[in-house]
Parts: sequence; structure tokens; C-alpha cells
Amino acid sequence: MSAQNVITTPPLEPAAAIPGGAGRQDKSGPRGVKGQRSAKDGLRLGNILTTLVLSVGAIIMIAPLAWTFSTSLKTKDGVFELPPQWIPDPFVWENYARIWTAGPLLSGIQNSLIVACSVTIIGSLTSALAAFAFAKMRMPFKNVMFLGLLSGLMIPFPTLMIPQFTIFASIGWVDTLLPLIVPGLFGNIIMIFFLRQFLNSVPDSIVEAARIDGASYLQIFWTLIMPAIRPALAAQFILWFMAVWNDYLAPIIYLNSPGTQTLQLVIANFNAQYAIQTDYPLIMAASFIALLPVLIVFIVFQRQIIESIALSGSKG
Amino acid sequence: MSTTITRRSRLHRKEHQAALVFVAIPVIGFLLFTLFPLIFSVYASFTNWNGISAPVFKGLDNYIKMFGDRYFLKSLWNTIYMMIGIPVGLVISLALALAMNRKMRGTTFFRTVYYLPVISSIAAVAILWQWAFNGDFGLINQGLGLLGIEGPNWLQDTATVKPALIIMAVWKGLGYSMLLYLAALQSVPRYLYEAAALDGATAWQQFRHITIPMVRPVTFFLIVTSIIGGSQIFVEINIMTPTGGPEFESASIVWYIWQKAFDNLQMGYASAMSVVLGLLVFMITFIQFRLNRRNQFSID
Repeated sequence: MSAQNVITTPPLEPAAAIPGGAGRQDKSGPRGVKGQRSAKDGLRLGNILTTLVLSVGAIIMIAPLAWTFSTSLKTKDGVFELPPQWIPDPFVWENYARIWTAGPLLSGIQNSLIVACSVTIIGSLTSALAAFAFAKMRMPFKNVMFLGLLSGLMIPFPTLMIPQFTIFASIGWVDTLLPLIVPGLFGNIIMIFFLRQFLNSVPDSIVEAARIDGASYLQIFWTLIMPAIRPALAAQFILWFMAVWNDYLAPIIYLNSPGTQTLQLVIANFNAQYAIQTDYPLIMAASFIALLPVLIVFIVFQRQIIESIALSGSKG
Repeated sequence: MSTTITRRSRLHRKEHQAALVFVAIPVIGFLLFTLFPLIFSVYASFTNWNGISAPVFKGLDNYIKMFGDRYFLKSLWNTIYMMIGIPVGLVISLALALAMNRKMRGTTFFRTVYYLPVISSIAAVAILWQWAFNGDFGLINQGLGLLGIEGPNWLQDTATVKPALIIMAVWKGLGYSMLLYLAALQSVPRYLYEAAALDGATAWQQFRHITIPMVRPVTFFLIVTSIIGGSQIFVEINIMTPTGGPEFESASIVWYIWQKAFDNLQMGYASAMSVVLGLLVFMITFIQFRLNRRNQFSID
């Protein structure tokens, strides 16, 4: 009965995973050799069907990205050819040379790097220090402060953006990178939350032992806590870096002149400006360049990122 | 216990001081960049204010005006409408997670591919989908053409601009929900299925009565976070339909707040709308904190 399900259930039907389990049950169940083999065959067929459907889905997922890359290598007119070519003929690599002079792409990358690096490096340190204090140290009103910080997560940025803008405008920081950098230096509540959770699994005794040995709290933080939280810190760091790198709403509020804009704004302006001239290869090349760093970071660190996200979901 | 405290009170004071210094930075940041702006926002929402001259107190004027403002109501409706994508995305991502939960080769590869849109910058994604939705040369209509369907001019058509944005949002968010579902599925004890199978439960019954309840916390978490995220949709609107779409069909609340505040300099009015948005998000988050037991964390 269950073997039949393995064969006939289309993998995109929600019931698909259960037959996988059922197949395994058949193996351990009290059945003859024949039953075992048919269940195994069913399992294999189910896997093939699942792979097939997942492959079709994967093509749909990857198609827009592939289409972007393909368009970025076409000539200006090649874009409008019907039927469309997936593989451009000829390859116009020159588009990737043109983008650097067509707009402030380079300064956009620099600005994004300045913002993302300063925020995440310094902000991670302040977050880790606070997480250490919240998890392993005694202080009055600790829980009140922690809950206060957490309540900040419930307030969406759009509710705060108008006063924040006014504050930064009053001290002349509009059209500089400072409004994007300074708030982040004070730490990230989500990161504090997860590092604190992570530190709960580190025994208090190591901190106490170090205290008895005469180590200061800063020394304990640096020599004991930092190495202990490294995996969690690394994953949260990468997630935060990608979030800052991809941010759009805060930059569009503060940055006007081309020289101060971050990469996301630069490509949005590319899009607005060159769509009129129907220079789609240029737009797509610039967008692809903007996607590339995060794609590389993701592919290199995907195990840590995926584990950390899966963890955050099960905790959330 | 009290004797220990007195004996070690000097040590404790030192510990308190160090701890306070460590948490001071985020707490100051919270006061400066969250609490103060929040209070200011609420105050500004009761005023007529252009962001330059001093705010003039107007009582509830902005709030009364808001609910007679056709554009505000439209953008609110659009924002809610576009959340249709949330249940659609959840169903597809649960199906994907179930498929990937099988023991077979290639699941890591698929996981990566489905996750790529999640980490991609929303600005770049909006640009490439704007191109994909192009009426004459876009990828979507090319695909529909293969099936013999003549696709609309997605982003210029009042009937299709919201569906287009929903499709894009589902595409972008699928990998994230799928991953969380996958993690949840892998933590379901196998013996539950084995016991159910021994009792003669069909695959569908197992799915309905074991899988669905076991992943419920994740479903709940995803619904809440998606609503919070969806209520703040802005970037794709701003890039793909810079004027709020045909007949204001794609303008979202945040887009309208942003336009009122920074284009029309009606900061008092925009603040009032942002306070309403904040209240909505706060309520949804609060409900999540109260209802979801797994969200509780222990405070020692």
C-alpha cells in the first residue's frame, strides 16, 4: 500500500516526503525479500520523480538570474531579438568595461564596503560584549534592559525613519554615510539575542574560574568568550553584512549626490537612467556586479549561513 | 544565599560596573535611535510639520485626514492584497521541504539554488524582474509565448501589476521558508511515522496528523514574520513602479509614507501614517510573543 504511494504520489504534492519514510519502514518491517526489493525500487523511482520536479523548480528559480547574466553579455539590439537567445552571440564582455564609466559604480562599491564593514565589524564587537554581559554577568535590572532592547525589534524602521532623518539633518549628516554607519555601531539586537542564547550553553564555571585566577572581564571576554562564540558570531556577522550590503530604504533617504550613494542606489539609478535609452545590457551588467559579492559570500559560507538560519527559525 | 551576597558584595559591585559598561552601548543606541525617534514620531503625528519649521499642534487632524485619504486607503489595500503571496509561498515551500527531506543525492545543490534569491539584493532582484516582466521582450512573456499565451504588459496593467509583484515576492522568499520547514521536518521523530504506519495510517493521514502539527510553530513564525515584512514592502515598488504603478495600483503604505515625507514634506501626516503602521506591526509581533510558546526564552 505504501509502496504504491511512493510510486504514484507526485513529489510536489505535500504528501511526498511521507512515502520516503514509509519506504524505510518497509525495509525494517517484517516483510519478505520480495517486498523489500519492490519498496526499494519504489523509493528509487520516487527519488527520480522528486529530483525531476525539483530540477524544474530549480530552473525556474535560477532563470531570472541566468537571464540577467545572459542579457548583460548581449549587444544593445541583441536584447530585442526574437526568439530570444539564451547564449548571446557575440559575447559582449565590453559591457562589463562600460559600466565603470557609465555611472558611479566604483564609488558605490566603495561606499557600500565602508558602510557594511564598519557597521558589522564594530557592531559585532559591541553586540558580543553586551551578549556576554547579558548571559554571564550579574547586574541590576538586567532582564528589564534586555527586554527593553528586544521590544525595539517590534518597531518597524519606517516608523522611526522620519525623526531619525530630522535628527541627522539637524547635525548636517544628510548626504554623508554617517547616518548609515553610526546607528549600527551601537550593536544589533538580533545578534545580541542569538549570541546570548549561544552563551547559555557555555558553562558559567569557566568564567568563574578565570575570575578566581584574576582575569579581568575584558580579558575573559577576549580569551574565553570570543573563541567560544566564534561559530555563532561568524554566521550572524555574515547575515548582518549581507543585510547592510543589500539595504536600500535608509540609503535612499539620506544620500542624494552620486558620489555618496551606495551600490544599491547606484544600480537603481542605472536602471532609471538607461532604461530610457533601452541599454538593458548595461543595466543588467551593473546589477550582476551588485549581486556577485553576496553570491560569492553565500556560496563560500553557505553551510554556516544555512545552519544559522535554520537554527533561528526553530528558536523563533 | 543572602550571606553569600554580603560576603561578596564588593566583587559583585565590580561585576555590576563592568556589566553595565558592556551593555551601555546598545542601550544608549536604543535610546537614541529607537526610543527617542519613536516618541518624536508619535508627537509629530499630532502636528502639521514640514520638517523645516517648527511643528504646529493639530490634535487628531492627521488621523482623521488619513481615513478620508483615498490614496492612503488604496495603498493600505494594496499592501494587504499583496500578502496573498504569503500562503501561496508557504504551501510551495512546505512541498519543496518535503521533497528535499528525502534521503537522496543532490538535495544540498537544490537547497543552494532555491536559496539564491533570498540572499540576492532586493534592488537588483527588482531590476531584473522589471526586465523579466517587460511586455514585449521579457522572460515571463517569452515563457508564456511557448505555451501559446500572449502575456500582458505586467507592470503597466492595473490588473496584473500586483500579481506580478506577488510572483516576484514568492520567488524571492521561497528558499527561506523552505529552509525553516526542512529544519522542522528533520526534527520530527521518525518513530511517530513508524507507529502511525503500524496502525495503518495512510501517507495522507500521516501528513495531515503528524507532519502538519509538528511544523506548526514554523508555519506560525513564518506567517508572522512574512506579515511584518510584507507590511513594509517598499524597494520593489520604488524601483519597478516609481510612480506607484498604474492608477496607484502598486503603491504600498511605506511607499506612500516615504513619498509624503520626503517628496511632499508632509512630515506630520507621514508620521501619523507611520505610527499606524508601527501599531499594526507591534500588534502582530505581540500576538506572536504571546501565542507562540516556542518563542519564549528562559530568563535566569
